[in-house]
Amino acid sequence: MSDADRQGGGAEGLGPANGAGALEPVIGLEIHIQLATATKMFCGCETSFGEPPNTRTCAVCLGLPGSLPVANERAIHFGLMIGLALGSDLAPRSIFHRKNYFYPDLPKGYQISQYDEPLCRGGRLGEVRVHRVHLEEDAAKLIHVGASGRIHGSDASIVDFNRGGTPLAEIVTEPDLRSPEQVGEWLKLLRTTLRQLGVSDVNMEEGSLRCDANISLRATGSSALGTKTELKNMNSFRFIERGIAAEIARQEKILGGGGQVVQETLHFDPDSGAISSLRSKEEAHDYRYFPEPDLLPVAIDDEMIRAARAAMPELPADRAERLQREAGLSPDSAQLLAFRAELGDYFEAALAAGAEPAPAPQALANWIATDLVGRLGDGEDPAASRVGAHAMAALVGLVSAKRVSVGAGRRVLDQLVAQGGEDPAAIIEAEGLAAMEGEEELAAVVAAAVQANADAAERVRAGNAKAIGPIVGYVMRETKGRADGTEVARLVHEQLGV
Amino acid sequence: MSATGLLELTACQAVREIAAGSLSASELFAAYRTRAEADRAAGEGGLNCFTWVAEGAPRDGAPREDSPAPVAGVPLAVKDLFCTEGVPSQSGSRILEGYLPPYTATVVARLQAAGAPLLGKTNQDEFAMGSSTENSAFGPVLNPWDRERVPGGSSGGSAAAVAAGLAPWALGTDTGGSIRQPAALCGIVGLKPTYGAASRYGMIAFASSLDQAGPLTRDVSDAALMLRHMVGRDPCDATSLAFPEEIARPGAERLDGVRLGVPEELTGEGIEAGVLEAFEAALARAGDLGADVQPVRLPHARHALSAYYVLAPAEASSNLARFDGVRYGSRASDADDLLDMYTRTRHDGFGAEVKRRIMLGTYALSSGYYDAYYGRAQRVRTKIAEDFSAAFGQVDLIVTPTSPSVAFKLGEKTGDPLAMYLNDYCTVPMSLAGIPAISIPCGLSRALPVGLQIAGPAFSENRLLDAAYALEQAIGFDAGAARV
Repeated sequence: MSDADRQGGGAEGLGPANGAGALEPVIGLEIHIQLATATKMFCGCETSFGEPPNTRTCAVCLGLPGSLPVANERAIHFGLMIGLALGSDLAPRSIFHRKNYFYPDLPKGYQISQYDEPLCRGGRLGEVRVHRVHLEEDAAKLIHVGASGRIHGSDASIVDFNRGGTPLAEIVTEPDLRSPEQVGEWLKLLRTTLRQLGVSDVNMEEGSLRCDANISLRATGSSALGTKTELKNMNSFRFIERGIAAEIARQEKILGGGGQVVQETLHFDPDSGAISSLRSKEEAHDYRYFPEPDLLPVAIDDEMIRAARAAMPELPADRAERLQREAGLSPDSAQLLAFRAELGDYFEAALAAGAEPAPAPQALANWIATDLVGRLGDGEDPAASRVGAHAMAALVGLVSAKRVSVGAGRRVLDQLVAQGGEDPAAIIEAEGLAAMEGEEELAAVVAAAVQANADAAERVRAGNAKAIGPIVGYVMRETKGRADGTEVARLVHEQLGV
Repeated sequence: MSATGLLELTACQAVREIAAGSLSASELFAAYRTRAEADRAAGEGGLNCFTWVAEGAPRDGAPREDSPAPVAGVPLAVKDLFCTEGVPSQSGSRILEGYLPPYTATVVARLQAAGAPLLGKTNQDEFAMGSSTENSAFGPVLNPWDRERVPGGSSGGSAAAVAAGLAPWALGTDTGGSIRQPAALCGIVGLKPTYGAASRYGMIAFASSLDQAGPLTRDVSDAALMLRHMVGRDPCDATSLAFPEEIARPGAERLDGVRLGVPEELTGEGIEAGVLEAFEAALARAGDLGADVQPVRLPHARHALSAYYVLAPAEASSNLARFDGVRYGSRASDADDLLDMYTRTRHDGFGAEVKRRIMLGTYALSSGYYDAYYGRAQRVRTKIAEDFSAAFGQVDLIVTPTSPSVAFKLGEKTGDPLAMYLNDYCTVPMSLAGIPAISIPCGLSRALPVGLQIAGPAFSENRLLDAAYALEQAIGFDAGAARV
């Protein structure tokens, strides 16, 4: 459902007067998640992505005469898990409604959805309150043949019913978001949470997460809500942020010019950046919701809630808290590793790998989040890289024990990323990268470096701290990075008497 | 066995004869097939009962002479709206012209598995909307008792075929009276089971919360036999339930101690005098059999028809949305665009009564009117169910006339939808309450059959059938006049 009236249509509070003061965006989201069930919401067809068109269909999801829906218990189980993760109230009894409208991607002429008795109500994720979570079925996929790519003006439209009937959870937030960037960050947290739950692939490119945004502006500090518009069907994180930013700019311009925002449904074209109205006579729907007579009310008993609770993994917020408590990580590191679950998993695997000497947890977190991630492809899971968690832990352990310098350690990591390998110590040995033992050897190299960079040495002596660079660089070159940078700087200062 | 003797057999008798080897299932099938096909070929020159008749031997193979199946070899006529794989199933509508379902409805499949070969599909009011079988794309069905009169509806083809001896028994559906009223008007037995007792999977839906499949048969024993092989939970129908006991063969001879309630709300005003006379006579027979006949109240029953004509069209308006010309059935050619295609397909494909109900239902569900119509009708429905619960605390079964009138003339009520809707006055309350009800012939008025309706609490089918059986034996109705 679109919950059209919830954010209010009261334009009266916001008039030309608002043109004067600063305006604040108010954003609420409606997010559709394809659930990762084996079969569809109301029939036994396998869910699909990428199969040849119309190969995952049956009498029920094609809406053939006489066919009847039967609710997917697994989808209800997933819905309860989402509700538990968001801290929602789980309705002991919820019902499915029919949402009636004609469109070729809707074979029955109605979508089975939930209306005034959803599966879950209320809740919160991070700083955003959740209004409700309900279950429904996805529509089929329409492909418009011809130049326009939209139904109007196309030569023909063809329908692929493979997607039709895929279970969806719709999560509706309260209007608690205030900027496009905040929306992007929050959606990432939501995605991680849902992935942790294992209820969805949450892959926007494959359409398993789709987002509508309700956007309005109001005078900063006001508690009234302005007239909202609904930006429909955005399906990438980047487009969502850009689309919302574009709509905020459009509304600012209207209100700044003393105009009124019209409540309407809008489409954002990511290619042109343009926003266009979807309003047309055919789309002025009265959905005529009524209880779906082919399905019984969903009765949630203690056993179902127990099963959902038992299936709950640790959620990102809990994990961040635990990583701080148990591993002593800084709040930022803990949150990063928790919200990017694959990094958290890798970190914990490395910590538990039993490397000797053991790495300091914070150092390990920094190495993974910065050095390793920086060397991998965008979004690549380190567990799928050539760097085994044990090798990573061993390397950081050696750095922590000062058996190898940070710089040399990075060169070892380069090699691990490129070629793999189980034993960083062996690479250090083979490449001669071990940290220099004994101060005399290093002191001799430092003395040579000072001599070779007399100008720089003079400037350092004169108080220019930055001038030390070439001297340290000389030492690092000579020692192939085996020297510890901090130790080198100390020796330079000592020898120059500053 | 002689050809006429063979056609005189009830289904139960035929099963016994076939099992004993004294009757050939193939011969029985061929005899009925010939008669059904002749009627189909004659169209409105005959009774117009059939929309499709099996060609030659049954599709599912010749009935096996030695089959141990419980209803082996008794040919089954099936209302058009049941989906039958590869066999035309268009619910009496032009909009499903040429539609061949890829699957068979659960109750039909169950009866086939029990050994009943498919004889043919029977004519009906379009999408089961009607009480006279005049609203069919195939033309009206005629009443075998008097061909100037309607057979009732919407299962008129099934009822007339059984009454005329064109089929030994038939499957129908009942939403507000569509089995019971045509059974009454054709002088046969019709049973609407408890809602959920038989699967709706594969029935082209009219009003999902009311539709139920049921038997139309020559006698009560046949109704019990067919029902036994229909009921049970179907994983494809979420609203179906396991029947709590086996449907038994009825055998009661007396009604000693059975409390029969007569609701004044359904036995007074609006019921034809001749119908009331036959009804009173049946009550007297019940008394003779030992029944305790007493008055009972159903205070909200007079609102049932109004509630029904909000709820059923509301559900229908949604159920019939899928007939949009996109995937199957007929599609308007040379449409300008999508909206034009939808509009013209539905304009050309649906008949007047179907359009009327779609509009009524769409209006009743519209935002701003929902509470006043659909919401209020649901509350009335709850009240009616409560009325029955209270009544069944006082009596075992409730009896009423099935229909306020005997069979009326073709065309007599087609111009007056309200007069037509009043046919369901006595049958709709039970539909709204989801309880079982049977109609048995209880006499004649103006040489036309009158039906007696007996209703009981949910899942009381065995008690219902027993009482109906005892009364049937006592009444001794002669349906011979209807045989073709």
